[in-house]
Amino acid sequence: MSKLLRQSFVLLLLMTVITGVLYPLAATGLAQLIFPHQANGSLVERDGKPVGSALIGQSFTDPKYFWGRPSATAPNPYNASASSASNQGPTNPALADAVKQRIAALRAADPGNAAPVPVDLVTASGSGLDPQISPAAAQYQLARVARLRHMDVARVRSLVQRCTQGRQLGLLGEPRVDVLKLNLALDAGAP
Amino acid sequence: MTTNDYLQLGLYLVVLLLLVKPLGSYMAHVFADAPNRVTRFGGRVERAIYRLCGIAPDEDMGWKRYALAVLLFNLLGLLAVYALQRLQGWLPLNPQHFGAVSADSSMNTAISFASNTNWQGYGGESTMSYLTQMLGLAVQNFLSAATGIAVLVALVRGFARRSATGIGNFWVDLTRSTLYLLLPLSLLLSLLLVSQGVVQNFKPYVDVPVVQASSYSTTAKDAAGHEVTTQAVVTSQTLPMGPAASQIAIKQLGTNGGGFFNVNSAHPFENPTPLSNFLELLSILLIPSALCYTFGQMVGDRRQGWSLLAVMLVIFIPLLLACTAAEQAGNPLLAHLGVDQHASALQAGGNMEGKETRFGIADSTLWATATTAASNGSVNAMHDSFTPLGGLVPMWLMQLGEVIFGGVGSGLYGMLAFAVVAVFIAGLMVGRTPEYLGKKIEAYEMKMASLAVLLPCALVVIGTAIAVMVPAGVAGVANPGAHGFSEMLYAVSSASNNNGSAFGGLSANTPFWNVLLGACMFLARFPLIVAMLAMAGGLAAKRHVPESAGTLPTHTPLFVTLLACVVIVVGALTFLPALALGPIAEQLMSAMGH
Repeated sequence: MSKLLRQSFVLLLLMTVITGVLYPLAATGLAQLIFPHQANGSLVERDGKPVGSALIGQSFTDPKYFWGRPSATAPNPYNASASSASNQGPTNPALADAVKQRIAALRAADPGNAAPVPVDLVTASGSGLDPQISPAAAQYQLARVARLRHMDVARVRSLVQRCTQGRQLGLLGEPRVDVLKLNLALDAGAP
Repeated sequence: MTTNDYLQLGLYLVVLLLLVKPLGSYMAHVFADAPNRVTRFGGRVERAIYRLCGIAPDEDMGWKRYALAVLLFNLLGLLAVYALQRLQGWLPLNPQHFGAVSADSSMNTAISFASNTNWQGYGGESTMSYLTQMLGLAVQNFLSAATGIAVLVALVRGFARRSATGIGNFWVDLTRSTLYLLLPLSLLLSLLLVSQGVVQNFKPYVDVPVVQASSYSTTAKDAAGHEVTTQAVVTSQTLPMGPAASQIAIKQLGTNGGGFFNVNSAHPFENPTPLSNFLELLSILLIPSALCYTFGQMVGDRRQGWSLLAVMLVIFIPLLLACTAAEQAGNPLLAHLGVDQHASALQAGGNMEGKETRFGIADSTLWATATTAASNGSVNAMHDSFTPLGGLVPMWLMQLGEVIFGGVGSGLYGMLAFAVVAVFIAGLMVGRTPEYLGKKIEAYEMKMASLAVLLPCALVVIGTAIAVMVPAGVAGVANPGAHGFSEMLYAVSSASNNNGSAFGGLSANTPFWNVLLGACMFLARFPLIVAMLAMAGGLAAKRHVPESAGTLPTHTPLFVTLLACVVIVVGALTFLPALALGPIAEQLMSAMGH
């Protein structure tokens, strides 16, 4: 028994050093050497200063920007230091109420638009930090953004296309539009 | 379901099955008794470890000594994780200055990670220091996975050996799983993940100014009880950092599932692209499937391994399709509000609440099914927000006892317990002494196998009953009605089968839930391991019975069907009444428009 205990103890110590210290250090060293940009959060810069991460969404509520997915993080949406989802069940009345409010807000920002709203634009994402919306959700907001920025619709559409990624390797995942990248491109093109 | 849904699911299964043979055969070499080119390659490091620990690698342990070693080693690991959380405030590598974790939460998390469950009552980025994540949680990710594999290998030796007293050496099995299997695969996977954007550094969190400032209001009560609303303006965003990739790699490969960040693999820093998603998904089922092949090779009849893998697939694929169809159909209660849930070239459509745009429906349901079939428990979409039938699938997959792939090692030893029950039932039908893999199955083996099959079932049913009756249990529920019951049933099912995923709305970081779920996780793991090792010891001591005309062949479609039926019947009979009160009731209400 005491022999087993001693063996357990020393083996746990050695394994802690190997898997808990050497392994993450080796992974960090290699990652920083080969993929430094990604390993440090894929930061996006404007005029040499970081303005966010390409992978983490930000809150956009101004109608002249494209809006992202609703976010359920607390206390404010897109709080990157406390990722969370709504966890509302499908029959929870609070979910239907929240969706109604989001539809109302979208319609208020764009009174002429009576098209059905793409589902990802009115449902909270899993992380609360989803950086992307579906191409359908971008299309839905296109006319509004162009009008409020006094830009040509075709011009905005080409910016949207530039910020759209197809399925990875032509098969995996879903087509998607990077909201932060798109809004930065809009700001750069037309203030 | 869309064509792309089918293509993605199909590609996943094809790639997975292509990897079964190479990895399975590699693992058979790792655990072979005779030295071979794999074990010679790392022999130096291995021998140095044994020397430092005073381990005699050629000592062949009897089942009791093996079990004692497993228990002692895991208990020490559990205490280490507990101590790290309680002391993290005074320890280094804590750039966010997190204080000590509460006693009940630390206990729950320590059991959770030592038992390969990785249930998380806390939010990673707001609770745990880098040191706790690395030395506590990540280490247990490796060691609990290696323990599961070791116990399986010991059980397989029980079938393979004849008239033997020993079932192998736990220290050797544990060290080899870690050094030859988990470490190299994890290092490879973590680099692939970083290439996609998963963070891997030791920096403090980064503050960045946001493009559009926004404001929000919070309402709180002041000292006099009046409601006070304060306006706050948000001009910056704090991006979390840390050594995430290395930990995510092992949490996927070792069927652990405990995320670095609160929302697990839904977090863009944990799972940034569809390709990272594919790799993480592949890692969930990779080792559990390949171990079937290893098992076949070790007992000297590969068909036996393939037939167990076939049983898993026969149950897995229909449930995967059911879950995907339910989620792709969307939420009927949102349809009449003016929401477009139809799939098209421009959107995934379906039920997108709690799902990420880049994953859409197919990648989210494939993950939900794989992570609950295996006892992984990581998530890339919120199961709590799934449609009632879409959420029933992951819940039931856990309740089946985590044998459809299951945890690394633990899934297959659970399935072998079911196989013993199945040959016993077949033996009863024709009135012959049942045999499995040339070993007579007698009362002792049946007792151990029944214990392994029934203990998790009992824990789920009794645990849920306690939670429902106690106010402290019901207090954690977030959603009203039948769905609230589902949240509790899901949590107890997850803990009692060492899965670790959750209907996340449940506020489970309370003393009641921490203690209840901690007890379920502990009892589902360690007594089961002892039962399996006892069975291994009994089997190893038996002589080999040559096949006769009365032997039921266990590699045929007939046996695959029989075994699948046993698994389903046990799962259905035990849990249908509870499921009827939860997801099934909710589905009926949803269909009626409530």
